[in-house]
Amino acid sequence: MSAVMITRKVRKWEKLPGKNTFCCDGRVMMARQKGVFYLTLFLIAGTCALFFAFECPYLAVHLCPAIPVFAALLFVFVMAMLLRTSFSDPGVLPRALPEEATFIEMEIEAANGNVPAGQRPPPRIRNVQINNQIVKLKYCYTCKIFRPPRASHCSICDNCVDRFDHHCPWVGNCVGKRNYRYFYLFTLSLSLLTIYIFTFDIVHVVMRSMNGGFLNTLKETPGTVLEVLVCFFTLWSVVGLTGFHTYLISLNQTTNEDIKGSWSGKNRGQNPYSHKNIIKNCCEVLCGPTYPSVLDRRGLLQEDSTLVSSSNPVPQTTKTTAPLIPNEHTPDDAKPSIASSAEKSASPKEEHPAAMKFPPLASPETDAETSIAKERAH
Amino acid sequence: MFHNLQELRHSASLANKVFIQRDYSEGTTCKFQTKFPSELESRIERTLFEDTVKTLNNYYAEAEKIGGQSYLEGCLACATAYLIFLCMETRYEKVLKKIAKYIQEQNEKIYAPRGLLITDPIERGMRVIEISIYEDRGSSGSSSGSSSVSGSTAR
Repeated sequence: MSAVMITRKVRKWEKLPGKNTFCCDGRVMMARQKGVFYLTLFLIAGTCALFFAFECPYLAVHLCPAIPVFAALLFVFVMAMLLRTSFSDPGVLPRALPEEATFIEMEIEAANGNVPAGQRPPPRIRNVQINNQIVKLKYCYTCKIFRPPRASHCSICDNCVDRFDHHCPWVGNCVGKRNYRYFYLFTLSLSLLTIYIFTFDIVHVVMRSMNGGFLNTLKETPGTVLEVLVCFFTLWSVVGLTGFHTYLISLNQTTNEDIKGSWSGKNRGQNPYSHKNIIKNCCEVLCGPTYPSVLDRRGLLQEDSTLVSSSNPVPQTTKTTAPLIPNEHTPDDAKPSIASSAEKSASPKEEHPAAMKFPPLASPETDAETSIAKERAH
Repeated sequence: MFHNLQELRHSASLANKVFIQRDYSEGTTCKFQTKFPSELESRIERTLFEDTVKTLNNYYAEAEKIGGQSYLEGCLACATAYLIFLCMETRYEKVLKKIAKYIQEQNEKIYAPRGLLITDPIERGMRVIEISIYEDRGSSGSSSGSSSVSGSTAR
């Protein structure tokens, strides 16, 4: 009796761990929850459609025909930046393959030496010196790697992202090294578009009211009211966000570092990534090289459809050596025993977790997202 | 001793893997440590290994250099709403192709004859340079039909 192996072309994106959704055969990569992204699209497209329908005919004739043209260009740019931010790989770091994970485990055990039974082993941290500043690299239990500096694990997408800024539900994706500049240009151009539409709405209403009265104007162009409402609320949030990110770029900081206060307070002026020059910092972030994706989503996997994928090696390689921290990959029978102590350690304090029965539980993640997600889960 | 890459892949068995880590002393730019791992001491000369890593580091530095050309590329791309990247290759991608060719060449000329194989860092998320160490299985065992040497390759 011989088994027939059916080979079909499997692309690497189909076997990628993490909680992303892929479209167009791996060309598009987004987070799982896309509802707010559709809302963003609807708001921008809808408001612009109203603008082109109600304001532009009047303004083109009575003021200047360049007004709708410029609005159209701005709209196209905004949409291009939004789609680029939403659909591209933010800089996801692939998880370690089993051999690399084992190699790192062995290095950690060698570094820790002998831990007396019953005692908690030290947290998995590697110190590196960057530009004469000591930076701690934390170990990611999900991805089995020591995170590079400025990388962070996004619990919503379940990936480590390089130069992690934040997870933005409005664009439906993480914002990281590869798509930060598109995100910034999106907020900047959206601010300009909002201000543009808002201004010309006012101009249009004023001009028309002078001829026919205010209430008549509103009756003739009801879309204006909606546009002004949307623009008014968008202005405060988006312009503020653009200002905030401009501040971050000039200091070469990420939102994640700002929230954690890594380089503020008593650490102010010690950011090792900053060139100490606003122009240089801006140039590095906005005009730096375009980093390639290391995920290779569309590469072909060299295997048959009957083989088991190797994307989740957790139970095999780490059962005997590594302490277990509960996450999505913990085998279910181990979860209840760890869950009770995990509840105690849910608060993001690395140095002083609550005393536990199980020595191997190491320090929990201290990322803002994971602590929020844990609170939601528990 | 192996004479070529094909022979290595088909007739040798994997003994161990060494992972060269990233060097973050100068920031987050891509650079690998040139420290010589002890597992390779008996397999390859230190200078050859260091040369390979230093050349790779130079390639990555060239790709990530922030200067006139990167500004030009950035501004031009921004002006076209980044649509230009649909038809044009970025500088980084061009350098990555050069790196792939260099690694292939190094494997063929230097590492495969010593029973070693370098994996391109991009296949490991640019985190490590993975060097596979193969054991010599001795004579024959080469059932893949490659038309190569027989038992005389045994040490």
